[in-house]
Amino acid sequence: MGAAELWVLVLASAAASYLWRGLGVLLSGRIRVESELFNWVACVAYAMVAGLIMRIIVMPTGLLAQSFLTDRLLACVVALAAFYASRRNLFIGVITGVVVVIAAGQLRVLLA
Amino acid sequence: MSTRNRRRASFVSAAFLSGVRDALGVPAAVLAAGMIGFGAFALERGFSLWLALACTAGIWALPGQIVLLEMHASGAPGYLTVLAVVMTNARFLPMTMSLMPVIRHPRYGRTSVYVVAQLISMTGWAWAMRTCPDLPQERRFPYFFGFAAACWVVSIIATAVAYFLAEGFPDPLRLGLVFLAPVYFFVILIGEARTALAAWALACGALAGPLFQVVSPQWSVLLSGLLGGTLAYLIHKHYRRHGRG
Repeated sequence: MGAAELWVLVLASAAASYLWRGLGVLLSGRIRVESELFNWVACVAYAMVAGLIMRIIVMPTGLLAQSFLTDRLLACVVALAAFYASRRNLFIGVITGVVVVIAAGQLRVLLA
Repeated sequence: MSTRNRRRASFVSAAFLSGVRDALGVPAAVLAAGMIGFGAFALERGFSLWLALACTAGIWALPGQIVLLEMHASGAPGYLTVLAVVMTNARFLPMTMSLMPVIRHPRYGRTSVYVVAQLISMTGWAWAMRTCPDLPQERRFPYFFGFAAACWVVSIIATAVAYFLAEGFPDPLRLGLVFLAPVYFFVILIGEARTALAAWALACGALAGPLFQVVSPQWSVLLSGLLGGTLAYLIHKHYRRHGRG
């Protein structure tokens, strides 16, 4: 895909994202937030992002593919543990995960 | 300027600035971490700096931005990619609908309301729903405007910072930078899943994602969302109807 097509893709995605926000302004106070439909929409969005992130962690492409699956999984688990240990501090959790994945990779280089 | 107009202007800018101040703490730091992760990912996927900035400024939702990158990388056709971004961002409809009655005031015109709508994100929404009810109604709109605008600007800067960082980093550190976005979502999704419905959706999606990747990389994001999400919704409905026991 060329640069021009990529710009069209990004701008179309931006316009489509604004559509929901603008529509939300237009409809607020006019229709009831129908909870069943929105529950389903939330489920689809959650599942989509969860599926994507799992896919990136389990079968990555590009630079991440040079790391080991066990290292990435270990980093995720340790990051989550650090998140809970730090009273749900997302910042500490994420930094811990990044440090673990780098350290694990370097350790393999040193031990090889 | 009359005294009355001057007083009005200072009232609005004071509320705006207090919103900016509140954003430039934990909310901005967390957003910046996520957006640096996005920037590193975008660079890895061959996006130019301006293209990545347009993603952050225009789509202005990290899940949608990552979906766009990954679907593009998998070679999915453009219309499917836009459809997937639209679906991840559908949550903005109920979010905006519930936010507007909280922050709106007749004093602020329609144009400014539609401008503010672009700045609505998960961070700003959650913050406003918690803090705005304690403010006088007239202060809420400029306060939210300040908060959301600061988040938006910080995120755009963070996206650019990733490009400058990654260029100077050796491979092992660049790997860490690219890992930032997945681990960020891993922690935030699991850590913030407060309802049973959200937990089911996460579990079904996490299983469906890699599964559909094997079947069809181009369709995997959409299918894992639609099928995984619908399955989670049905499971939750079933349990709710039949009780816990």
